[in-house]
Order: sequence, then structure tokens, then C-alpha cells
Amino acid sequence: MGIDSLIGGTIWDEYSNKVTNLMNNPQNMGEITEEDAQRMHAKLIVADFGAESCGDAVRLYWAVDPKTDTIVESKFKSFGCGTAIASSDTMAELCKGKTVDEAVKITNIDVEFAMRDHADTPAVPPQKMHCSVMAYDVIKKAAAQYKGVDINSFEQEVIVCECARISLSTLQEVIRLNDLTTVEQITDYTKAGAFCKSCIRPGGHEVKDVYLVDLLDEYEKEKLAGKASLGNAGVSTGDFATMTIVQRIKAVDKVVDENIRQMLVMDGGDMEILDIKENGENFDIYIRYLGSCSGCASSSTGTLFAIENILKEKLSDKIRVLPL
Amino acid sequence: MNVYLDNNATTIVDPEVFAEMEPYFVQKYGNPNSLHAFASDTHPGIKAGMEKIYAGINAPREDSVVITSCATESNNWVLKSIYFEFILTGKKNHIMVSEVEHPSVITTAKFLEGLGCKVTYLPINHEGIVDVQSVRNNITDKTALVSVMWANNETGAIFPVEEIGAICKEHGVPFHTDAVQAIGKLPVDVQAFNVDYLTFSAHKFHGPKGVGALYIKKGKELLPLLHGGAQMGGYRSGTLNVAGIVGMGKAMQNAVEALEYEMTAIRKMRDAFEDELLKIADTFVVTPREKRTPNTILISFRGIEGEAMLWDLNRAGIGASTGSACASEDLEANSVMEAIGAAEDLAHTAIRFSLSRYTTQEELDHALKAVQAAVTRLRGISSSYAYTPKGHVSGLAEHH
Repeated sequence: MGIDSLIGGTIWDEYSNKVTNLMNNPQNMGEITEEDAQRMHAKLIVADFGAESCGDAVRLYWAVDPKTDTIVESKFKSFGCGTAIASSDTMAELCKGKTVDEAVKITNIDVEFAMRDHADTPAVPPQKMHCSVMAYDVIKKAAAQYKGVDINSFEQEVIVCECARISLSTLQEVIRLNDLTTVEQITDYTKAGAFCKSCIRPGGHEVKDVYLVDLLDEYEKEKLAGKASLGNAGVSTGDFATMTIVQRIKAVDKVVDENIRQMLVMDGGDMEILDIKENGENFDIYIRYLGSCSGCASSSTGTLFAIENILKEKLSDKIRVLPL
Repeated sequence: MNVYLDNNATTIVDPEVFAEMEPYFVQKYGNPNSLHAFASDTHPGIKAGMEKIYAGINAPREDSVVITSCATESNNWVLKSIYFEFILTGKKNHIMVSEVEHPSVITTAKFLEGLGCKVTYLPINHEGIVDVQSVRNNITDKTALVSVMWANNETGAIFPVEEIGAICKEHGVPFHTDAVQAIGKLPVDVQAFNVDYLTFSAHKFHGPKGVGALYIKKGKELLPLLHGGAQMGGYRSGTLNVAGIVGMGKAMQNAVEALEYEMTAIRKMRDAFEDELLKIADTFVVTPREKRTPNTILISFRGIEGEAMLWDLNRAGIGASTGSACASEDLEANSVMEAIGAAEDLAHTAIRFSLSRYTTQEELDHALKAVQAAVTRLRGISSSYAYTPKGHVSGLAEHH
């Protein structure tokens, strides 16, 4: 909350001047006909994305020089709000002069950035970020058409939040590494879910295959499973070796909390776990000393041995501790 | 020229209303509940205001018209009070609301649903009017409340409150109607219709913002929503909004006096404006005119997204409205358009023009020109009207 959200205001107030100007006078609005394309000795590509029933739709026209794969002319038509029209216009502009392969790399984030007045001020309010997504999708569609390939061949990873372009694997990793439990935390860490909010849970503007709440659920279940296996416990080498990476981090954390941290804190220091890597048959645990530990002579000798020995005793004799 | 055609959202304050309110800020500022002349100075104004409000809806003296802060408060009060008294205690388990109620009813109903109350969302037909038969079909002896608006804010569709009231009476079920869009546009008489609770709000009929009311029939008393110093007969605590009551009273009086003008002259202007709008190709109106409040037009312009239309109208100085996707926070299509089952491609194209007794013919002429210009420009941009090369299969339907 806070005063800004209490006052509210209209979404139009948050449009950049560029968005406003493009809505009022789109620069690349128009069509390329077969005849136009022939005159340019180019191939005409017409790609559609979206639908009126969904609130936004765009048609992209490209004239592509078949010798160089260069987009020599690029025009659009769009059904949508001001942001959709301005985004489509910007997208068409960014395509010009690029090869088809280069154009495919243009994302909705590039489009939004190009519409900013100042580098650090978003061009549109969060819920409007969605309008730029179709600009990205229609380019892929046009490129797929030109190359005669499937549109999915351009997408290497599964994107959960299209507005911020955050992939499934990134989200899974961030949730685990930071032990995230709420959507708000995910949004704070990654910006996923900050915009049109469709990816948060079912029932939003768009239907998704996987939602942020599913990922939190998945992690929660994993944690429970991890706890169970730790509880059964869990101190033999075999257990630590079969644990997932998350379970290993949890297990090491637990030992540090219960058996090591107090010893360090008494001397005004602390430590954090940076990573756990399998190195042959060993487990290398990378740590960083904090506070007074970081300059202490014994941190590379006595204290280090103590930490390593406790972890070896509690978890696995294959553990090696490496301070960074 | 600036033209305000968003009178279903709010209205200009009638200067006579403002003039009557003015003394209650700097001169007669006493708290009406205190024991001194500063307080008593406010009493005649409050009394006169309340009399006018009662007269405006033909409420008997033994019934209550409680002044609230807004229609949202009134609507919340009815639903939540019914929940506390009948649902939470297990006496009843069910309420019914139309699927196109104002968010202050729908969202409250959904909240109560989350607390275990059964809710029936009554469907509307292709004309945007709630189906009486569905009330009859769904009412049970466990139904604690039926809440159906008098007229819809988006389409202006007038709902069959009289018949629904009769069905409720027959089954002994309390009936609430949100009459926010009816006061000043239609004759509203709580005795002629079987209404137990009726919501209205001053700013929709040229009164001040921040003043709502809830009519409560004798014998259908509600638990208070706001507990405190027992103002308003203990129904609604909080220091009386003296100027607000005075203003609402005067606004009600003037609205009732202007009702005839609204129902004839404004209707005629609205109809003529609508005729002109419908001359534009590919335009659609849902509810038939005679079934609508006299001031409202909800019209779709094919191929033009609602917010884009508002954008161009705003540049031309015209204030209109849309419930459609991009203009709202949640990006959802106009709920009424969806409920009506309007062609899917029109769900995001509806624009609402709502007139008032302050609207002039000159303004409408100007607005018409602005609409025509906007349609020409935006259809020029629209993919719905774009060039399709021979052999191109349109893919404008694969999203989502």
C-alpha cells in the first residue's frame, strides 16, 4: 500500500511520451501489398497474432529480401489499446533493416525499453506490459513463416511469465536457492508476476500451462519430502549422496545452525554456504566467512578443520569445506 | 468543447444543491448530537433533507432511510448483515445476486461464498436483462436474500424488480435492490414494488460524492455494520454528514422534479444520438431502447478496442467510458458483454455514453463528430480491417 496506491490514478498517466506520441501518430502503421513487395524485389510475409475476442490482435507485414534475408520494409495493423498500438509500431520499427534471424531476437522487453523516455522509467504501467508480448510473438510467427519452420523452434525454454520473460528453469532455481514461499517474494526476486499477473494463478487474463503457485507448491512438497528423509536420518554417507541438491543445502544448513554457527558467533563472526558441488566422490562445500571470521588467522586452519569435521561427522565423510 | 458523457459514473453537482450545502461548512458546523445551539442549528437542515429523501422514494415514515458514505457501503451492509444474522447462525445458507451486479455486490457475494455461503449468480438474457424465471427456479426456504439491481450501470437495462420483489414476498425472502442507476432516471417507489432494502447514492443524481443511503423496510431491520456512538438510530454510527444529507435531499428533490424531462427530452436526445451512431457501419447495441434507462447507450464499434476509442475521444474532449479489457486494472472484458453472450469479437469494443439533464444538443453534435473521426482513424489502424493478401489464412484467432 502506501500513499501512491491509495491515490490511484489513471493508467494513462504512466505512459511515456513516446507511447503517447506513437498512439497518436503511429509511424509504421499500414500494409504491404503483394505489388509493393514485388516492387522491392522482396518476399511478402504476413503474420497474425492475437484475436479481437482476447482484447488485442496484431498483423505484421514484412518485405524480406530473399538474397540477404533482410527485412527491407515492416508495417503493422493492430486491434488493441494505446499500448498495443504503440508496441506494435515500435516492434515494426525495430524489425527494419534487420535480418530475419536478428529480428527473432527482439523481445517484448526490447520493445518496452525502446518506448521509454528515460532509461530507468518504464514506458507503461505494469498491467500494460502484457500488450507488448504479442509484438514479440508475431515476429516469431513471421520468421517461422519466412523460414518455413515451426514457431516453437525459436523458443528454447519454457517461459512462465511472458511479460518479464522469466523461464521455468530460472524460477525453479530462484525459488529453491532463496527458499521462497510466496508469490510476492518471487516477484521481488525475478519480476515474474509483476505485470499482467496471468502467470500467478489460474483465472487471469491468459491460460497458462504452469503458474507461479504451482511452482511454490512443487517446492513445498519437495521440502516436505526432504524433511522426511532427513528425519529418518539421516547422517550416513549414503543418505547425503542420494539427496537432491536442495536437500543437501538444507542438511548442511541445519548442521551449521545447530552445531557450528554458535561457535563462530561467540567470536563475532559468521559464515554462509555458497554452493555444494560434487567433485568425483567428494562433496565440496564452498563457504564464505562473515564478520570477524573473515580476517581471522584460524579461519583457514583450526576453525576450518572444526567446521569440516563436524559436517563429516554429521553428514558424510566425503565432505570437503573450501572457504572463498 | 468538452463534453461529459459519463453520467453513469458520476454527475456534476447541481449548483442549487451546492448552494444549500454551503452554510453547513463554515456557519452551521456543530455536531448534531451535541447539546448546544451549534448542534441545534443543524437540525432543521437535516430534517428537511431527510424529508426530501423519504419523499423521493416514497418511503413511509415508519421505515428507515439510513445515510451511509456511499452505495458500496450500503450494498456491503445488506449482504454482510444478512450473512451475520442468517448464514453464520445456520438459519439459512443461500443468497442470490444477478451475475451483472455492481462489484460492491458481486465481490461481497464472492467473499461470503468463501466463508461458506451458497451463492446463486442469476443469469441475464441476450437483451442483458436478468431472467425472472431463474429467481423462481433457485429460491428455496434456505434463501436469506435476493439482491438484483434496478437498472444496470453498463447497459442501462432495467431489471424486472417488481416481479422479483413479488416472488421474494411470496417466499418470505428479503429483497434488496441497488437502485443507484435508477434514481432520477426512472420512477422509484419502494411501496409500489416489494422492496425491503434499496441502495442509492447522491453523486449519481447531481448530489455530492461521499453520501449514500440504504432504505430499510420496517420489520426487516439489519444488524449494524459500523458500531459506535449509535447515530442514525444505532444503525450506522459515525458523526452525521450534515452537509451531505442536506445536499442529497436537495439533489433528490430536483431529480424527482426533473424526472419527466429526463424521461422525455433526454430520452429523445439519447435516441437521436444513438440513431446517428448506428449509422456508422459495424456498430451494435445490445439492450432495446425501451428497456433501458433514458440516458444510457452501450455501443460496440467493431474492430476498435474500447480503451483506444476512449483515448481518441478524450483527445477530442469527450468523456465516455468502457468496462472493457485494457482500460481496467484486471484486463478483463466487459462483464456485461460477456454475460449477454455478445459475439466474442465485440467483448472488448463496447463504449458507454451516458447523458444527464445537463447534456445539450450542441454537445451531442460535437461528440458525434468526434466519434466519427475516431472510428475512421482507429479502423485505419485496426488489424480487423487490414489488407489480406490472396491465399493468406488469417491467424487472428489463435491467441490464448
